[in-house]
Amino acid sequence: MTDTLSPTSAEDVLAAVRDALAQESPLEIVGGGTKRGWGRSVKSNRVLDLSRLSGVTLYEPEELVLSAKAGTKLAEIKALLAEHKQMLAFEPPEFAPVYGGPAGRQTLGGIIACNLAGPRRIKAGAARDHFLGFRAVSGRGEPYKAGGRVMKNVTGYDLPKLLCGSFGTLAVMTDITLKVLPAPEKARTVLILGLDDARACEAMAAALNSPHDVSGAAHLPRAVAARSGVNYVHGAGHAVTALRVEGFGPSVEARCQALRALLKRFGPSEELHTMNSGALWREIRDVAPLLPDGPGESAGRDLWRLSVPPAEGAVAVTAMRNRTDTDHYFDWGGGLVWLAVAGTAAAEATSLIRGAVALRGGHATLIRASPATREIVPAFHPVSNAEAAIAERMKDAFDPKSILNPGRMD
Amino acid sequence: MRMPAPDERVLARRAEIAAALRAIVPGEGVIDTEEGRRPFECDGLTAYRQLPMLVVLPETTAQVSEILKYCKREGIKVVPRGAGTSLSGGALPLADGVLLGVAKFNRILEIDYANRCAVVQPGVTNLAITQAVEHEGFYYAPDPSSQIACTIGGNVAENSGGVHCLKYGLTANNVLGVELVMMDGAIIRLGGKHLDAPGYDLLGLVIGSEGMLGVVTEVTVRLLKKPATARAVLLGFPSNEAAGDTVGAIIAAGVIPGGMEMMDKPAIHAAEDFIHAGYPRDVEALLIVELDGPAVEVDDLVARVEAIARGKGATVVQVSQSDEERLRFWAGRKAAFPAVGRISPDYYCMDGTIPRRRLPEVLTKTAALSAKYGLRVANVFHAGDGNLHPLILYDANNPGELERAEAFGAEILKLCVEVGGVLTGEHGVGVEKRDLMPAMFDEVDLAQQERVKCVFDPDSLLNPGKVFPTLHRCAELGRVHVHGGQTRFADLPRF
Repeated sequence: MTDTLSPTSAEDVLAAVRDALAQESPLEIVGGGTKRGWGRSVKSNRVLDLSRLSGVTLYEPEELVLSAKAGTKLAEIKALLAEHKQMLAFEPPEFAPVYGGPAGRQTLGGIIACNLAGPRRIKAGAARDHFLGFRAVSGRGEPYKAGGRVMKNVTGYDLPKLLCGSFGTLAVMTDITLKVLPAPEKARTVLILGLDDARACEAMAAALNSPHDVSGAAHLPRAVAARSGVNYVHGAGHAVTALRVEGFGPSVEARCQALRALLKRFGPSEELHTMNSGALWREIRDVAPLLPDGPGESAGRDLWRLSVPPAEGAVAVTAMRNRTDTDHYFDWGGGLVWLAVAGTAAAEATSLIRGAVALRGGHATLIRASPATREIVPAFHPVSNAEAAIAERMKDAFDPKSILNPGRMD
Repeated sequence: MRMPAPDERVLARRAEIAAALRAIVPGEGVIDTEEGRRPFECDGLTAYRQLPMLVVLPETTAQVSEILKYCKREGIKVVPRGAGTSLSGGALPLADGVLLGVAKFNRILEIDYANRCAVVQPGVTNLAITQAVEHEGFYYAPDPSSQIACTIGGNVAENSGGVHCLKYGLTANNVLGVELVMMDGAIIRLGGKHLDAPGYDLLGLVIGSEGMLGVVTEVTVRLLKKPATARAVLLGFPSNEAAGDTVGAIIAAGVIPGGMEMMDKPAIHAAEDFIHAGYPRDVEALLIVELDGPAVEVDDLVARVEAIARGKGATVVQVSQSDEERLRFWAGRKAAFPAVGRISPDYYCMDGTIPRRRLPEVLTKTAALSAKYGLRVANVFHAGDGNLHPLILYDANNPGELERAEAFGAEILKLCVEVGGVLTGEHGVGVEKRDLMPAMFDEVDLAQQERVKCVFDPDSLLNPGKVFPTLHRCAELGRVHVHGGQTRFADLPRF
């Protein structure tokens, strides 16, 4: 039987961790609980549910800084920022539907713990690049803090970077401080139709190597584009390469024009304006085109996320498509590949995918899979022995009794 | 400044250690003469000097690995060094330590435009990276003012910033990967040409760790395309408050300038006397706001910034009409440190960061401290991100004046922490701010950071005596205190 603890204060979190430590009884730490399907399931009969540790505690738009308790809903933060025409520039995706859950329940802590970022990653960075400071309780049952609330800070080690993407295995964050940025006044998307993967990656590279400040570069092969909810993309009947330009009105128009001229050699282009542009990038951000909610044919497939050198994206995928039945699309100018693979023969698919990635440098993460697959395939790309030894000692330094999300990243 | 006590047993073995290092790095790579070691006795923080026991300048990663393996086995301390431009004493040698310089790692290994990155050795200077790619319209964004001399390896150690980091980020946001040699000689690669980490973000942790976790032997940096145009707006204000309000209003209007620098009256006068940049002398505060991007955007934003500044009472508004004029606006700011050096025999540069709206208060209190200590101060300020550089003017030849300057500086930094800021924005803790760390972090905070150090270097041999005010043994930090009692636990809401 699972005991769920729902602390409402940092003191409660401390008490819960200290008790878990005294009993040597591990905790599964959850925010909105939307991404529990990521990584190995945690063997624990106590859940530390942080969703009631909630609320924005500081927001100074002119200082570009926001602090909130870890369980604060991301939606609440985004709404508050929108009132001041600001945003989280790393464009955190809505991941709940990836695991079959309803949207809108993700917490800030969950986003930071998973170091999530959307299409703007290539320009603005990931969650890690906007995470300024925190308060947390370590697995040693000690409350501590690191970083600060100012955006330029080299006082002590950058523990925010270490905690970002640590999936709750090092500490329970209670308070989080972030850098926020002005939201763009305007966004448009240049579309080029009918390119194959290799040619599309060339077009994206040309765009990203231009001074036109592209803030999103994705390529949807024909079958994936056909699943888009954006009419124009859905009905294109072709593969769609999308390049986003954001900023001040006159600048966006001028850069779109320049970009289209630059990319003329790749074929005719179109432009999506604000509404459609926004909808398309949300789909790309949230992996919507590969989720089973669509026409249904992708139900039961495993979902992989590959981070590779952008110029290698198309090649890496070709190597895999020759061997397995897959669907895929590219983001981050080719550097991010979303891949849906048939759930059968997961072990072979894994070695094929990780082999292709290892050859080019990068890592492949199993984002979603059946419980059976999750037991045999490590979700996170294996690291070198030396790096694994550091990770193990790091876990020991923060959580020596292994009471925080044990095994989650194994 | 108290450093770890030299180990007499190590000092007694100096000749033997030199011979062992020569076996690893043949030829002139090991320096043991006093005159040869002298240039390494300090970094940019010249108030602290210490001749290293030996200097070694390896040329290959394998040599670095062998050196560290040997030093670990023999219990010898190692201090890594880039160009030695640190302003916090990060590269200050130890009397019983080997100084490991990366000067011979000076090659750019690969420029990869298709992946918008460059792979370089740690001894390559910051500026040399930009110079190697600017003919293709690219550049490396972080631009510390020492960029002509400072190395990328040092930038990684210190997480260096510069005037453009509000918009383009610090070193941590612009480095994609490193090759790192740990104290036990193990060579690991963190990151690469791809984004993000498969496990813990050790790359992010290593950047800014002040050479205490490993020796970086290769760095992959992100290259950016140079913006099409840049223009600067020079703004003069009758008060620091008005200048500070303008900065806030510009950001609130959604504008993130490429650079936004502020100078107070003493700094303006020193710079103008030196460079004749055309700065107004009758203002209390000067702002330089640089807008970059496509011409149409820059023109639009220049107009917005002008309007905001006039609304906040700017008495001087000048927009650069040519690139020469833009560079002239910058020339005074960029020469602010040497300009202050002209009006005072010595100056001491501080580096706190504060929430920007607290600036007027911090400047007022700094002025009061200036009177208290009887030392003048000039302020330059990375206004966009709140990074304040008070320059304390003193004369080291006057007995006690250096100590007074240090005490004054410490009070300024404590003030920065009090108003919600931090001890150092970009220069690092090093030895300089080591003993001030408790003003910002309590014992538990510091112990957790020290445990991270122990993960990489359990014997505390790599750059010890920096950052942490107290040296703890790793075994002592490892103990877990199980807190008894469940008093509050019973009250926790459950489902």
